[in-house]
Parts: sequence; C-alpha cells; structure tokens
Amino acid sequence: MKTIIKYVMLDLLRNRIVLGYTFVLLIISFGVFNMDANTTKGVLSLMNIALIFVPLVSIIFSTIYVYNSSEFIELLVAQPLKRKTLWMSIYTGLAFSLSLAFLAGVGLPVLLYSFSVTGLMLIISGLFQTVIFAGIALLAAVKTRDKSKGIGVAVLLWFLFTLIYDAIVMLVLFQFSDYPMEKPMIALTMFNPVDLSRILMLLKLDISALMGYTGAVFLDFFGSTNGILFSIAALLLWTIAPVWASLKYFQKKDL
Amino acid sequence: MKNQLTILFLFISVVSFGKTITVGKGKQFATVKQAISHASAGDTVLIDAGVYQEGQLVLEKRLVLKGVNSPVLDGEKKYEILTIKANGAVVEGMVFRNSGRSSYLDIAAVRIADSRYVTVKNNRFETTFFGIYSQHATACIILGNKLSSDAKDEINSANGIHCWKSDSMRIEGNEITGHRDGIYFEFVTNSFIKNNYSYENVRYGIHFMFSNNDSYVNNTFKNNGAGVAVMYSNHIHMQQNVFADNWGSAAYGILLKDISDGSITGNTFQNNSVAVMMEGSSRLQIEKNKFTGNGWAMKIQANCMDNIITQNNFISNSFDVATNGELVLSHFEKNYWDKYEGYDLNRNGIGDVPYRPVSLYAMITERNPASMMLYRSFMATLIDKIEKVVPVLTPVDLKDETPLMKPVKL
Repeated sequence: MKTIIKYVMLDLLRNRIVLGYTFVLLIISFGVFNMDANTTKGVLSLMNIALIFVPLVSIIFSTIYVYNSSEFIELLVAQPLKRKTLWMSIYTGLAFSLSLAFLAGVGLPVLLYSFSVTGLMLIISGLFQTVIFAGIALLAAVKTRDKSKGIGVAVLLWFLFTLIYDAIVMLVLFQFSDYPMEKPMIALTMFNPVDLSRILMLLKLDISALMGYTGAVFLDFFGSTNGILFSIAALLLWTIAPVWASLKYFQKKDL
Repeated sequence: MKNQLTILFLFISVVSFGKTITVGKGKQFATVKQAISHASAGDTVLIDAGVYQEGQLVLEKRLVLKGVNSPVLDGEKKYEILTIKANGAVVEGMVFRNSGRSSYLDIAAVRIADSRYVTVKNNRFETTFFGIYSQHATACIILGNKLSSDAKDEINSANGIHCWKSDSMRIEGNEITGHRDGIYFEFVTNSFIKNNYSYENVRYGIHFMFSNNDSYVNNTFKNNGAGVAVMYSNHIHMQQNVFADNWGSAAYGILLKDISDGSITGNTFQNNSVAVMMEGSSRLQIEKNKFTGNGWAMKIQANCMDNIITQNNFISNSFDVATNGELVLSHFEKNYWDKYEGYDLNRNGIGDVPYRPVSLYAMITERNPASMMLYRSFMATLIDKIEKVVPVLTPVDLKDETPLMKPVKL
C-alpha cells in the first residue's frame, strides 16, 4: 500500500496543476493580507476561497485524475493486489497532496498574518473541504463510466453543495417562517459539509450578531463543546462515507 | 485688605473648628447613633473599624461621617442603613452592607433626601438593594464608591446609584456591578457622569428617563444587559465612553428611545450585538465614533429623523446599518466603511460612488432571524452583490454620498 501511495503522491506533487493550484492560493492569500491592514477582512476573503474555490478544485481535479489513471488502475488490478488497498491508496495520495497544497497556499500565510482561533478554524475548514470533496469526486468517478459525464456530475455536485442546497434551505426557511425553524436548521446544516464549516467559521467571525435574535439556539448548540465535537464528527462522517461508498462500488465494478 | 482677611479667618473658623467625635470600642461613643445625637452641626464623627448593627441611622445635621479603616454599617437585610436629610453632610470611607430588601418600598443603603451639597465619597456597598438613592437632591457629589450586589433578575433587584428629581448631580469614578441598572436617572437635570465603570448589571449600565441636559463622559460599560438606555430625554451628551460586550437578543450598546437634540461623540463600540439602536430619535449628532466587531453597528428605525451621522469608523461589523422601513430621514456623510468597494479617481480621499450601508441580507435577517444561519454563504453573498448593483429592496435614500477611503483618525 505504501508504495502505491508513494507513487501516487510523487506523481501528484510533480503535477503542474497541483503546483499551479498551490501557487494561486499563495498569491491570493498574500495579496489579501497585504491589501488591507485589517486581517479579519483577509480571513473573510480566504473563507470564501476555502469554502467555494477549494471544493471546486478538489472535486474536479480528483475526478479527472481518477479517469486519467484508469489504465494505471487496470494494470494494478491485474496484479496480486487487493482492490481495497489500491483504491484507498489512490484516495490517500489525492487527499494528502491536495491538503498539502492547501496548507502551503493558505495555511502558511494565515499562520504568518493572522494566527488566531479564527485562523486555525479556517485552516481546519479548508482541509476538511479538501478531503471531503476528494472523496465525493471518487464516488462520482467510480459511478459514471463516461469521463465527460463524470466531470459534469462532479461540477453539479459542487454546485449543489455551495449554492443550490442553500437556496433550497432558504426557500424552506421562508415557507415555514411561521414556525420555529432553529432546530430544523441545525439538522439541515448537517447534510452539507460546506454549511457546517461555514457555521463553525461564523461562530468565530460574527459572534456578536449571532448572539442577537435566534443566536441563542445556534450558540447553545454550535458554541458548546458538545456541539463542536458533534459538528467535527459530522464532518468526519462526510469524509468517510463517500469514500466508503465508492470503495464498495469499486470492489464490485466490472472494469 | 485687612477686612477681607478678617472675613476669611472668620469663615475658616466657622468651617473648620467643629469638634471631632470618635466612635468605636473604647472611644467616646460606642454607637454611631449616640455620636450623631450628641454632635452638633459642623462636627466630624470618626468611626473606627468594626461592625455596627444599629438599624436605621438618620442624619439631620451637617456632619462629616468618616470611616477609619473601613467600619461596616450592617443593615441586617432589614433596614435602610443611612438617611441623609442635611445640607452639606459628608459620608466617607465606610462600608455599607446588607441593606433591607422590599418589593414595594425603595430601601437604600444611603438615601439623600431633600438636601443640597451632600458628598458621598469612597465608600463600599456590598449586597445592598438600592445603593445610593437621591430624591429631591441638588448639587450632590457621589465620588469613588464601589457598589456591588447580587442581582439575578430585574424584578427582585434595584439600581446602584438611583437619582430621582435631582439637579446638578456629579457622579464620578464609581464602580458598579450586580445591580439592576448601574446608574438610574429619572427627572434629573444638569448632571454630569464621569469616569464610572458599570459592568455585569442585569439591565442597563446607565438608564435615563425624562432627564434633560445631562452628560456622561469617559465611562465604561461592559457586559450589561444593555449598555446605556436613554429614553424620553433631550439634550443628553455622550462622549468618549466605551461600550463593550453587550451581548444578547435585546442587548444594545446604546438604546435611544424618543430622545432629541443630543450628541454622541468619540465613543467606542466594541463587540455588541447592536451598537446603537435608535427609535423615534431626532436631531442627534453622531460623530467620530468607532464601531468595531459589532453584530449591527446601527439600527435606525424609520421613525427617526434629522440625525447627522458623520466621520465615524465602521470596521468589521457583521452588518453596518439596518432599518425597518423605506423612509430614511437621517443623514450619513463622510464616514469610513470598511465594506466600501468604490474608487477614488480624483484622489481627494472621498469615494466617487455612494456607499449603501444597508445590505439586503440585513433586511432578510430582520424579517426572518433564522436566516442568519445562511449568512456569508455563496448564495447570500450573491444576492447582496446583485442588490448593491441594482437596489430594489433596500431603502434607496439610505446612503453615504461621500464615504471616506481611509479611516478617520480618532
């Protein structure tokens, strides 16, 4: 397993797109922090990067990578190797190298310019988005045989989690505005990893506003240690579930 | 010249040649009550360290009551401890503890009733109901006292410094915590509140009702139910105060209700749920304040008019301004908004396009608070951006025509 991970990692770290991705993140991060003396504003901009741009790159790159290495996968499947080992190695390599890119591109500047709980939360959120969307990409790639269709599905999934889901939640919220919606809202956020990370960030950035109005309910939940552990657990579940599902499918798949 | 000197000496002799009476174990008198009844106007009563449980003391002569090494006057949770009904009395260096409590009487640790020129200085108040209560008092000084109590809710608690129908009061350097309102003013005029620290009170740091021509300067209000409430008053001046950490669903830095002709200058508002809440307020000058890290920097209801908001810094607030209607009769100019995205082609330091401080999402959360949950999501940002380009739902007239490109130096 180690050899395959090593091979995938080396392959990916030399990959021009991953290098470019790291570089772009680095430029954006330094640019954002240097543009304004107010580091909170920088963290805010980077939050948008971590919650929108990072998932997009992560999911599309991973999908394309899986399709492009289909010959490599077929070759290795012919060897006396467990399919599980092979698939997990590919995922680990992908998730690890993309995380490394994120850490170098965003983590480093954040640590330099805005080392705080908020900054750490940003880094953790970005890392979770990276590994979660790499997993979702694997599931999308293994389920669809056609490459262009697979990439389409990946983009659609990204679109779903970053935009459509929130729009639906908003619709529900206004349709049922006569009812107390705080608790259902907490449940609804659990079904979207982007929302989960975003709310964990909100609790650090907009605590004053959240304390007003219904803040109490959210804060009771997300602000408490139990709530944070619960959200982290939900994020971990989001990391594991798609990969596990894709593994199950890959093990039975007729290549 | 000679005459003047004689008059001066006569004056000094009248003022300072009162007797000095001591109270305490092995001193002239064992109880404060005896000492007060034997003293005559102008005397000084020195009270030695110890605990005195003497029910209610009434001071009807111009005396100086001075504590040596913090003597304790204990009200045994039954009595009003000291009632002052004498002009020019001084109470200094004492500890007032355990005043009575009542749900229908206003029992205070120290009451100043119908008197002038009373000084209450450097005392400590512990678990009292009302701390210092002044009624029909004029030109009294309340200085450097420390008041703490154990208020849990608004109904069973009372105010730290309570002034009712008083005039020309000076309240300075007090520290007030654990009461209902830190300082409460009702029908109080021409008074001055300075350098006080009011924190962790159940309701407000300072509360004004029907009080005109007062000012408060350099005070700090932290973590109260709400910082300051100014209601039904006019000509109140608020300067250089700090309003911090007033968090909660009805928590404000300042709550302004039906007030007019005041000024809010040079204050700092930090991490409040709502920094300034204005309702039915008019002709206020809001200038050179700093708003940082608040949920809402200002909420201006549509029934406010002719307020001028200028040269303030709005930095990293979740929402800058929110309002509840279409009508905007207040005027914003030359403020610095960190969310401003315009440009300055002629480099005069003033942005060339107006800034609209009300974001659509602020309006949405106003209508449906639970949607705060979706704040800063891709979708929320998107609708905000679209609204900024083509304002449809946000009030068209609420804008700063001359936003500053750089923060005002304060």
